Amino acid sequence: MLWDVEIRPAPSEPDVEAARVLEEARRMGVDGLKEIRSSRAFLIQGKIDRTAIAESASGLLCDDVVEDMSITALPAADDSADDRLIHILFHPGVTDSVADNAAAALRRTGLDVEAVATCRRYRIDGALSEGDRRRLITRVLANDAIEHAVQGPLDLTDLSVGSDYDFHLKTVAIRDMDDAALERLSSQGQLYLSLAEMQTIQNHFRRIDRDPTDIELETIAQTWSEHCSHKTLAGRIHYREEQDGRIVRDLHFSNMLKETIFAATERIRERLGDDDWCVSVFRDNAGVVKFDDRQSVCFKVETHNHPSAIEPYGGANTGLGGVIRDPMGTGLGARPVCSTDVFCFAPPDCPEDRLPPGVLHPRAVMQGVVAGVRDYGNRMGIPTVNGAVCFDDRYLGNPLVYCGNVAMIPADKTEGRMQPGDLIVTVGGRTGRDGIHGATFSSAELTQESESISGGAVQIGNPITEKMMLDVLLQARDRGLYSAITDCGAGGFSSAVGEMGEHTGAEVWLDRCPLKYPGLSYTEIWISEAQERMVVAVPPEHRDAFLHLCASEGVEATVIGQFTRTGELVLKYADHQVGRLPMEFLHDGRPPIVRDAVYHVAPEAPCPIPDRPQWDDELQAILGSLNVASKEWIIRQYDHEVQAGSVIKPLVGIHSDGPSDAAVVRPDLTSARGLVIACGINPHLGDLDPWWMAAAAIDEAVRNCVAVGADPDRIAILDNFCWGNTDRPETLGTLVRAALACHDISVALGTPFISGKDSLNNEFSWEDEHGRPHTVAIPPTLLISALGQVDRIEQCVTMDLKASGNRIYLIGRTFDELGGSHLALIHGLCGGSVPKMDPHAARTLFQELHAAIRSGTVRACHDLSEGGLAVAAAEMAFSGGLGARLSLSGLSEELSDPVLLFSESNTRFLAEVPEPQADAFERHFQSSPIRHIGHVTGDDRLVIENAQGRPLIDSTLASLRNAWQRPFADM
Amino acid sequence: MPAPRVCVLRAPGTNCDAETAHAFELAGARVERLHLFRLLEEPRRLLPYQILCLPGGFSYGDDLGAGVIFSEHLRGQLHDVLQQFRQADTLLLGICNGFQVLLKAGLFEGDSSSDSADRRRTMTLTWNRSARYIDCWVRLDVAADHCVFLKDMDALEAPVAHAEGRLAVRDDAVLKDLLSRRAVALRYAAAPNGTDPSAAAPDDSGVLPPPVNPNGSVGNVAGLTDASGRVLGLMPHPERSLFATQHPQWTRRQLTGEGDGMKLFRNAVRYFG
Repeated sequence: MLWDVEIRPAPSEPDVEAARVLEEARRMGVDGLKEIRSSRAFLIQGKIDRTAIAESASGLLCDDVVEDMSITALPAADDSADDRLIHILFHPGVTDSVADNAAAALRRTGLDVEAVATCRRYRIDGALSEGDRRRLITRVLANDAIEHAVQGPLDLTDLSVGSDYDFHLKTVAIRDMDDAALERLSSQGQLYLSLAEMQTIQNHFRRIDRDPTDIELETIAQTWSEHCSHKTLAGRIHYREEQDGRIVRDLHFSNMLKETIFAATERIRERLGDDDWCVSVFRDNAGVVKFDDRQSVCFKVETHNHPSAIEPYGGANTGLGGVIRDPMGTGLGARPVCSTDVFCFAPPDCPEDRLPPGVLHPRAVMQGVVAGVRDYGNRMGIPTVNGAVCFDDRYLGNPLVYCGNVAMIPADKTEGRMQPGDLIVTVGGRTGRDGIHGATFSSAELTQESESISGGAVQIGNPITEKMMLDVLLQARDRGLYSAITDCGAGGFSSAVGEMGEHTGAEVWLDRCPLKYPGLSYTEIWISEAQERMVVAVPPEHRDAFLHLCASEGVEATVIGQFTRTGELVLKYADHQVGRLPMEFLHDGRPPIVRDAVYHVAPEAPCPIPDRPQWDDELQAILGSLNVASKEWIIRQYDHEVQAGSVIKPLVGIHSDGPSDAAVVRPDLTSARGLVIACGINPHLGDLDPWWMAAAAIDEAVRNCVAVGADPDRIAILDNFCWGNTDRPETLGTLVRAALACHDISVALGTPFISGKDSLNNEFSWEDEHGRPHTVAIPPTLLISALGQVDRIEQCVTMDLKASGNRIYLIGRTFDELGGSHLALIHGLCGGSVPKMDPHAARTLFQELHAAIRSGTVRACHDLSEGGLAVAAAEMAFSGGLGARLSLSGLSEELSDPVLLFSESNTRFLAEVPEPQADAFERHFQSSPIRHIGHVTGDDRLVIENAQGRPLIDSTLASLRNAWQRPFADM
Repeated sequence: MPAPRVCVLRAPGTNCDAETAHAFELAGARVERLHLFRLLEEPRRLLPYQILCLPGGFSYGDDLGAGVIFSEHLRGQLHDVLQQFRQADTLLLGICNGFQVLLKAGLFEGDSSSDSADRRRTMTLTWNRSARYIDCWVRLDVAADHCVFLKDMDALEAPVAHAEGRLAVRDDAVLKDLLSRRAVALRYAAAPNGTDPSAAAPDDSGVLPPPVNPNGSVGNVAGLTDASGRVLGLMPHPERSLFATQHPQWTRRQLTGEGDGMKLFRNAVRYFG
C-alpha cells in the first residue's frame, strides 16, 4: 500500500507558506491568484492499514495541537476538480532527511514501512493563465534543480528509487581521436579540459598502449580541474603592465600564487624567527596559527557560487557544510567554533522582466542563500558570527557565496601521518548520484542551460549527519584511532583518496562503498560529491575500535581500500580492475601552460561631486544603500551564540542593533583569550584599480579586528579571489595585479596570509530572444577574511557611543579619495581617486591604537569604511542612543566638506574617550595623526560642522537609524 | 554531601551539551555527557544521577517537528526508567530543544488530561509567529517561586535561539490550568526601564510583541515547571548567560563577573548541598 498522510495548519494557525506564495506571486505580477492553501504530506509505502497509520502519525508526523491530518490511499481517485492541486516532490535521490527520519520513527512504532517520501502541496484558487501557472510553479512553488511538480491527482504507486547495477567496464578509444574529437570528448563528457590537456592524456595512454577506462579519464579531469588544482593561479603566467602604450612592468611567474601571496608569508615568518606564530600555511585544508601553548586555530573560507546560482538553498547549505569539513579535515581534525558568510548579489529590486533566461530572481537567491547558511550552521551548533553582503548588477546570473569556518585544534594534532598499509575508511553520509561533476562544473562558465546540464551538481546537505560525524571523529582523534583525515569535497573520493595517497599509492574497492540507493556505476561512486563524508586512514590495529566507536553513535563507517606503496592509484569493482593510474602522472602530469596577463593602467577620471549646503540627504541615502544598510534580518536568523563563546556580537549597542566591526569569540571557556573574526571586501574599487582594491580589503579586514581590540601583530588573513574568465589576459591581469598588492601590503603590515582559494570563470552567458549572445562577468571581487586574537576578552570595545561628555577623536589621515566611494555610488558617478594606503604608516597606527585600547582609555571605537566619517559617526551615535557634535575644523585646509565627510580613505577610526583619560589616550599616538573633533552629547542629534562652524549634518538619531534599517525592513 | 552527579543527555543533533556541562561544572557538579544510545541500550544507567539535563540543539534534525523523535524515546523505551528517576528526589532540566522534548513527551501535561481517554497533548511548542528562527536576548520574569532552579530569583536575562518556541494550547482552559497549578515558571517581560514602552504593548490576548516575546507564546510563557518544582523546561539558554561578557550590553554597562544564568545552575547544585 501507498498512503498519503496530509498535514495542514489547523484553522487557528496561520498558513505561513501560503502567505509566502501569495506575496511572491504578487511581486512577480502573477495575476488571478485568489487564494492558496498549503499543506505537507508524507507518502508512506508498506504493508500497513489505515488505523495503524493514523495511530502512529498522530503526534509523530502531525502536531495535533496546531495541525490537522487526513489519510488517503494512493493512487488518488481521478477527480476532475483536483486540477487546482499542485504537488511538489523531490527528484529521486535528492537527500530527504525528513523522509528518512519519518521512516525510522514509524518503524519504531511497529509499522512495516518500506519507504517514505515527503511532498509539499498547494490548492490554488483563481483563474491563472497557463503561462502564469508555469511561472508560479517554477519560480515560487518548486526549484526544478531538485524538485518537480505534479499537477492534479497524485497517481503514484511506488516510491522505489534506483535499480540494480549491471557491471560493465567502459573504455574510451582516446588513442585514435583527432583534436576535434578530443575537444568534443572534453565538453560532452563534462571533463572541461583544454585541448593540450586532452592531448597529454592521449599521449600517456598511447605510451602505455591501451585506452583509458571512463573512470581513469574522470579521475584525471577531477584532479586537473581548476577547482581542485588551481592550475591558473598556481600556474605559469606572463604578466605585463601597460601605461600610455609603454610596458611599465613585465613579470614571468612559474607559480603566481607561490611567488606573491605564499612568498609574503614566507618573508614574514623568516622575519619573526623564533616568534613565528604560523603553524601550517597553504598546505592543509585550512590555515593554522598558534592560539596558546596548548591549542592552535584553523581558518578556511570557500566559495560555492555556481551551485548557489542554480539552487540557492542547497548551494549555500552545502557551501557552509563543505567549509566546515575543511578544518575537520585539517591536521588530525579540528573542532569548529564559528563560521562566517559573505554574499554578493544583484539588487533585490531588480525588475522581473529584466531577468535573463535561466536566472533566478536576486531576491529569491538572497533568501535561499541566507536560509541555506542558517539551517546548516544552526543545526550543526556552530555560531555564524561575521559576514557582509555586497550588491552590484553584475552578480545577477552569478551570485557569490563565501562561507568560512574557524576551528580549534590541539597543538600536537596539527599534522597527520598516514602510513602505507593504513585502511581507507569512509565516514558519514552515503554515496549517491548527487553532486556528480561538481568540481569540473564549478570550473566552467554558467549559461542559461546550466540548470539542466548540472542537475547532478546540486546537493542538499544534512547537517545532522555532519554533526554526528564530527562528534565521533573528535573522540577517535583523541583516542589516536586514525593517522590522517581529509574531507570529501569537490571530486569526492577521487580527490580525497588521490590527495591522501599522492606520495604512496592507494587501492580502492568501490563496490564496498555504502550507497544511498542501488544502481550507481563504479565511476559515479568514485566521483560523487555526496555531502557529509570524510576519509580517514586507519591503522589496521585500530580498525575494530574505530568502526565500533562510529557505530556506537549511529555513524556509518566502512573500509573501502588501503594505502599502498606502489605509487599507483588502483581502482577495483568486485573482482574487476577498473582503473590504474600512476600517482605521478595524476598529480604532476598536467601540461604547463603559460597564460598571458595584461593590465592597462588607466588615467584617473574626474568625479564631479555636486555642491550642497547641507549633506543630510546624502548621509541618509548612503546609510540606506544596500551595501551599508542593516543586515539584522540575516544576523538574527543565525544562531551567533551557540557554544557560549560570544563576547562581541555582530549587533551591539543600546538596542543591540548597531553594526559591530568584528565578532569576538571565546573558543575555550576556561581561558580569557579570544578570537576576533572580521572581513574586508569592496568590489567597487576593483573597477578603478585592483591593486588598491586589494590594499583596501586588507586594510578593512585588519582595522575591523583592531577596532574591537585585536592585537595587530597577531592577525592572520585569508584570500578568496572571485574573478571572471581568466582566459582573457585583461581579466587575468587584474587578478595578478591584486595578488601583487596582497604580497606588498601583507609583508609591510606583518600580516600573513595563511590560506586562500580562488573561483574563476564567474560569468553568465545567455542568448536573448533575438538569438544575440550576451555575457556578464562579475566585477573582480577579492574577499579578505581576518582572524585576530585578544589576550583578555575584557579588553574588547564596541562601536556604540557610551556616555555624554566623552571626547570623540578621529584617528588617521583623510585624503581626497572619493573614487568608488558610496557618495559617488549614490550619485551614479564613476571616476575619482581610489583610496590608497601606506602600509608602513598603517602598521604603526594599528599598534598605537591597540596600545590605547589595551590601556582601557577607549570606550568606543569604529572603523571608517563605506560612507567615511559621516556614516561612522552616525552609526556610533544611533547605536549608542546618544547624540554627537563634531567639527571638521583643523582637519585640513585643502579638502572640501564632502571629502572630509564622505571620503573613504583607509586606516581611519573614530574613538570615544572619557575626558579624564584624554591625556593618557593621546600619549599612545607618538607617530599617527589624531584629532579631537567633538563630543558625545546628551541629545538625540548628530551635528557635524565645517571649519567655518556651519552645520553640514544635523539629523536626529531616529531619522538616521530609520534610513539605515529601512531597506531590508520587509525581509 | 558530595557534588551531585549530572547527566547531560545528548542525542544525534544535540549541540549545546558542552557548554551546558561546563555550566554545571562551574556550579560544582560532577557532569557526564551521556549519549542517548547508551541509555537506550541500558536504561538503568540513568538512575545513579541526581540531575538529568536535556540540552539545546536539533535532536534528529527536528525533522518531524522540534524534539519529536527524542520525545518518542522518552515516552517509549525510557518511560519506566524516567518515572523511577523522577520518583527519587531528583532534578530535571530541559533547555530549548530539551524543553521541546520534555513537553512533547507529556511531562508538563496536567493530571486530568492523562486520565482522560484522549491521550493527545493539550499543548505544544511550535513555529514562532514570525515563522522564522530568531537569536536575541530576552528578559524573563520568574513566575513560580517553588521552582528549585529559580530559587531567590526575580528575573533574569538570557538569549533565545529557536524557530519553534511558541507555546500553543488546545484551548484557553489549558492555559488556565497551567496557571492554576503554578506550572508557569518563566514569562517574557519588557525591561522595567523599557526603552520603548509603546513597542511592548500586548495584543488583545495579552501576548507581548517581539522581540520582548520573541515567538508569540501564549501567556508570554517562556518556561514551565510542575507542582514539585523539581522540573524546569525553558526556551531561553541560561548556559549562554554564565559570564558578564556574554551579555550584549556588557561593554556599555561595564558588567563583570557572572551572568544571570549561572544562578540557575548554582540553585540546582545547591539543592543537593
